[in-house]
Amino acid sequence: MASGVKPRVKVPKKAAAGETITIKTLISHKMESGQRKDDDGNIIPRSIINRFTADFNGQNVIDVTLEPAISTNPYFQFEAVVPESGEFKFTWYDDDGSVYDTSKKITVS
Amino acid sequence: MKKTTAFIGSAAALVLVPGLALSDPDEDSLTINGDIPIVTQTDAPAHTENLSEIYSGWRFRSDETQAFQMDDFDNPGMIGVENAAVDWETVDGSAGKSCANCHGAPEEMAGVRAVYPKWNEEMGKVTTLEMEVNNCRETRMGAKTWKYTGGDMTDMVALISSVSRGMPVNVEINGPAKETWEQGKELYYTRTGQLELSCANCHEDSYGMMIRADHLSQGQINGFPTYRLKNTKLNSVHARFKGCVRDTRAQTYKPGSPEFIALELYVASRGNGLSVEGPSVRN
Repeated sequence: MASGVKPRVKVPKKAAAGETITIKTLISHKMESGQRKDDDGNIIPRSIINRFTADFNGQNVIDVTLEPAISTNPYFQFEAVVPESGEFKFTWYDDDGSVYDTSKKITVS
Repeated sequence: MKKTTAFIGSAAALVLVPGLALSDPDEDSLTINGDIPIVTQTDAPAHTENLSEIYSGWRFRSDETQAFQMDDFDNPGMIGVENAAVDWETVDGSAGKSCANCHGAPEEMAGVRAVYPKWNEEMGKVTTLEMEVNNCRETRMGAKTWKYTGGDMTDMVALISSVSRGMPVNVEINGPAKETWEQGKELYYTRTGQLELSCANCHEDSYGMMIRADHLSQGQINGFPTYRLKNTKLNSVHARFKGCVRDTRAQTYKPGSPEFIALELYVASRGNGLSVEGPSVRN
């Protein structure tokens, strides 16, 4: 299992109805591409985050496939217009089968 | 502005060399998290005879790289700071102590980064932050020392720097530190390697110019430890010195050696007046 993996998310706690908010996400991960060799010439096995999703109140809003060329600590930033109060759930899928997730509540007034 | 005039003087020659772009530092200003203003340009200190203005390396980077540093969430160097915050609270060694037991919260270290390297009366020499961290670990905690440029060490220095951001660098060069400072100055102006380059050749004579694809800065170290996009980790000052000297095709001094400690004091003093920025983001 990849070590030092920790998801981080920044979502505003409140938003006005119809307001466009910015969501930032970052997961610390080494993103080993599988194309490098170690000192002995052996290939270092690929170990990356291969999928990232964001759901709002159970409905999927973002689903991204990540490829080996994406660098260490993948960072996603996107905008959203939030229709109602609720909860964002962010999920990252690791090559080794690990799944990391984190949730953030937002209040829409 | 002496430099600007020199550029106009050589403009005719430049027409013949498209792709050789000359550009001074840009005019952007830096505020971190919207509330820590950072001084990235100021008058050069009196002992820096050959410069009139000093600039943070941040001013020589692209807008995209600069943006990383404006918000702690976007700054990948803060991952190292968070790791160190855990180490700060972790008991290690035979004395059963953590950093926090003596020093309290990391915020108590505000101002420390700004004055290092500094003369240590007890040891009778100039010490760097890294040496002080290891001194604490060895003598007060009874713990194993960290490698000078290792990840744990660099993260810890980044944590200690992060609470001083916005404070002016102000290392003492007179008094007992004078001799070390003079040694550092000597090294700064000494050409090394097969390419016979001194620090000054690039970072004093030629800052603002392109050295192939790289935009030369003044080589200020107020932003260290620096998260470099090229190796996706925090880099310590001595590791960077080593890289620079190696690039002149010389045998380098070792990180933590007396030579690099002297050079760090001298280079830090050239940035007296700029804000502490570490952990900064560079390419």
